[in-house]
Amino acid sequence: MPFGNTHNQMKLKYASDQEYPDLSQHNNHMAKILTPAMYERLRSKQTPSGFTLDDVIQTGVDNPGHPFIMTVGCVAGDEETYEVFKELLDPVIEDRHGGYKPTDKHKTDLNPDNLKGGDDLDSNYVLSSRVRTGRSVRGFCLPPHCSRGERRGVEKLSVEALAALSGDLKGKYYALKNMTEAEQQQLIDDHFLFDKPVSPLLLASGMARDWPDARGIWHNDNKTFLVWVNEEDHLRVISMQKGGNMKEVFNRFCTGLTKIESLFKDRGHAFMWNEHLGYVLTCPSNLGTGLRAGVHVKLPNMSKHAKFEEVLKRLRLQKRGTGGVDTAAVGGVFDISNADRLGFSEVELVQMVVDGIKLLVEMEKRLEKGQSIDDLMPAQK
Amino acid sequence: MSAVMKRPVGRRNSAVCVRPPVTNQKRRPRVQAANGDRGLGIKALVHHLAELGNPYIWWTGSDPGICYLFLFSLAGGVRIAAMAKNCHNDYKMKFSVDDEYPDLSLHNNHMAKVLTKDIYNKLRGKSTPSGFTVDDVIQTGVDNPGHPFIMTVGCVAGDEESYEVFKDLLDPIISDRHGGYKPTDKHRTDLNFENLKGGDDLDPNYVLSSRVRTGRSIKGFTLPPHNSRGERRAIQNLSIEALASLDGEFKGKYYPLDGMTDAEQEQLIADHFLFDKPVSPLLTCAGMARDWPDARGIWHNDNKSFLVWVNEEDHLRVISMQKGGNMKEVFRRFCVGLQKIEEIFKKHNHGFMWNEHLGYILTCPSNLGTGLRGGVHVKLPKLSTHAKFEEILTRLRLQKRGTGGVDTASVGGVFDISNADRLGSSEVEQVQLVVDGVKLMVEMEKKLEKGESIDGMIPAQK
Repeated sequence: MPFGNTHNQMKLKYASDQEYPDLSQHNNHMAKILTPAMYERLRSKQTPSGFTLDDVIQTGVDNPGHPFIMTVGCVAGDEETYEVFKELLDPVIEDRHGGYKPTDKHKTDLNPDNLKGGDDLDSNYVLSSRVRTGRSVRGFCLPPHCSRGERRGVEKLSVEALAALSGDLKGKYYALKNMTEAEQQQLIDDHFLFDKPVSPLLLASGMARDWPDARGIWHNDNKTFLVWVNEEDHLRVISMQKGGNMKEVFNRFCTGLTKIESLFKDRGHAFMWNEHLGYVLTCPSNLGTGLRAGVHVKLPNMSKHAKFEEVLKRLRLQKRGTGGVDTAAVGGVFDISNADRLGFSEVELVQMVVDGIKLLVEMEKRLEKGQSIDDLMPAQK
Repeated sequence: MSAVMKRPVGRRNSAVCVRPPVTNQKRRPRVQAANGDRGLGIKALVHHLAELGNPYIWWTGSDPGICYLFLFSLAGGVRIAAMAKNCHNDYKMKFSVDDEYPDLSLHNNHMAKVLTKDIYNKLRGKSTPSGFTVDDVIQTGVDNPGHPFIMTVGCVAGDEESYEVFKDLLDPIISDRHGGYKPTDKHRTDLNFENLKGGDDLDPNYVLSSRVRTGRSIKGFTLPPHNSRGERRAIQNLSIEALASLDGEFKGKYYPLDGMTDAEQEQLIADHFLFDKPVSPLLTCAGMARDWPDARGIWHNDNKSFLVWVNEEDHLRVISMQKGGNMKEVFRRFCVGLQKIEEIFKKHNHGFMWNEHLGYILTCPSNLGTGLRGGVHVKLPKLSTHAKFEEILTRLRLQKRGTGGVDTASVGGVFDISNADRLGSSEVEQVQLVVDGVKLMVEMEKKLEKGESIDGMIPAQK
């Protein structure tokens, strides 16, 4: 890869302080953690596939960050990155994931029966429900680092595995590089199509190389279950539908994911997972469950309430505009989802969304009638 | 040094690197172990071999896992050392060539025209001493399929050795791009401005400004697609030292991109000197914008007629310019300044990359040879609308651009006219073509103004 990482040995002849990046203008997790001494200790290391410290941090060096948004500023190139560069990544993970310690264990729970309720969110307020996560396929390097051969290997496995799905999960794969105009238009209309990344956060880490080779979209005939192949992660899995039946969305999510995982295992490629970090993904912010479960919900009164932010925080939820991260809300409709990824199981996170949304809708109804919501204020979860 | 008497295994595609002994190496060479301990760099090894007396080095780049150096010593015998190379490239070798060969079916650039699966297969196991691989060379061309009308190069060099190790790919591209230049051809360098005839009398009523630019790469460092922060900073330091020692008409000041004041920035923009982080995906996909703006900067003389860019697309870009049509003066200052700078770099044992086949070595194969673009902004409202304008330019070996640079449109009939060639002719020859060609075109413009024909003036193909 043309990122100066292919000659780590040669770079060692320069002193560490000559190679240490200038992070004086930077505001991201990596810049807060990476001291010159740490850089010196880690600079000579590399993972078995050749990913180096400079590879891990390149995106954070090239993107100083924003005074209000704290980006992560580093990526993994393979599963071993989290081990070889733990000295840097453990503190970044701790900072990002609410004090998660190097000795902590993460719980995985993809049993949808463990979710209580969630099938009765008021559809007058909850317009749509969605759960997404990412998965990495063991044995391959991650998007910042993988070669064309590896990416095609991931695609091939994915196409095979997804083709074996049946029933309401039966579907079709659309490779980005040879879809017809008609197919492309339909995918755009369905809000399924993803395009080449334009964010410098992603470009600087090398994830857009060789675009659109081996990238594609699979979805079931019902258009309720969707898989992105080789975008930011090997796989992004999405379950969604209109209305407030989060239980059904989560049901389908778990069933589909579990099926896919066993299909991959049958072919000798499990998903990357360990008991400390849960599911291993490209960006440290997505470790653990990699799960973002959310709804589009109408909260015109609640969102103007002085305590809105406080309520979200206590419920461990976050808001976004309906265009996704960093967009503004339109018509009082917000995207509300879980804030956590690591340290809680999938069921626990979706439960927080279900319970939290139920409460927020109740509050909205109170405010509509001009009543107070003070007695409804939740404790910190 | 322990010699590893081991037979090479696997295929052996050899790239010959014959290097003179490095005699000023301060580093103590470390022992190279048979298990591929990566503690030994080529420079240290060469230094150690110098002690054996005039070694020749034969370096192979294709064996999976290990790179073998065959060291022939005049003192007698052969030693073979093993050095583990770019391990991610080795990791990729477990995939077949079909798996790794890029899909170039929609592509229209020089690289895509030349790179067959066979050539890719031949080159994929190789790596330059600094670890640049064929995938690194071609990444920008894979990521940027090109344009139906503009033929981009689609590949870059990561270091001086790229042009040798990947010659199977780069020689045909160079031939294609530089008018049939053969692998055996020799390039002439002529920076003696006195050899330029005329050029001091281009009519300033038509020729608004004159400019000559080129690039230079500093030996001993890898190139912008590949270099590390340490290397880039070292280049900056060397450049600042060299430029600070210039005096007279070349006395000037350096402005690092990450340390300039708002006022300085405004002034540099107003002077049209400031360069910014590349946005062209042709450059960003090749990795040239990494760590921006670290170790990037602009130097110019007090007279604002001589300008050096540090660590943009090339290690150095050197520009001489002024208003009006005195190309002779611009070229004089260009040659004198360049040679002064080169002397200083040489003194620090970091001369410019140059060889007698490719001339000056630059990042993009399109800039090999002289790397020179000598041009003027000239008013040709009538000639530019003449049916034979393109034909005349072709015969004069010139090219036109808008006044905003490559890919811009001309405004008010003012064109940027410059030499089309870079490799296979000298600096003097290329600037001579510009001087003579522009002189002729201004005469043609004047004729057309008077309503006269220019048919008798159409030049022969140069």
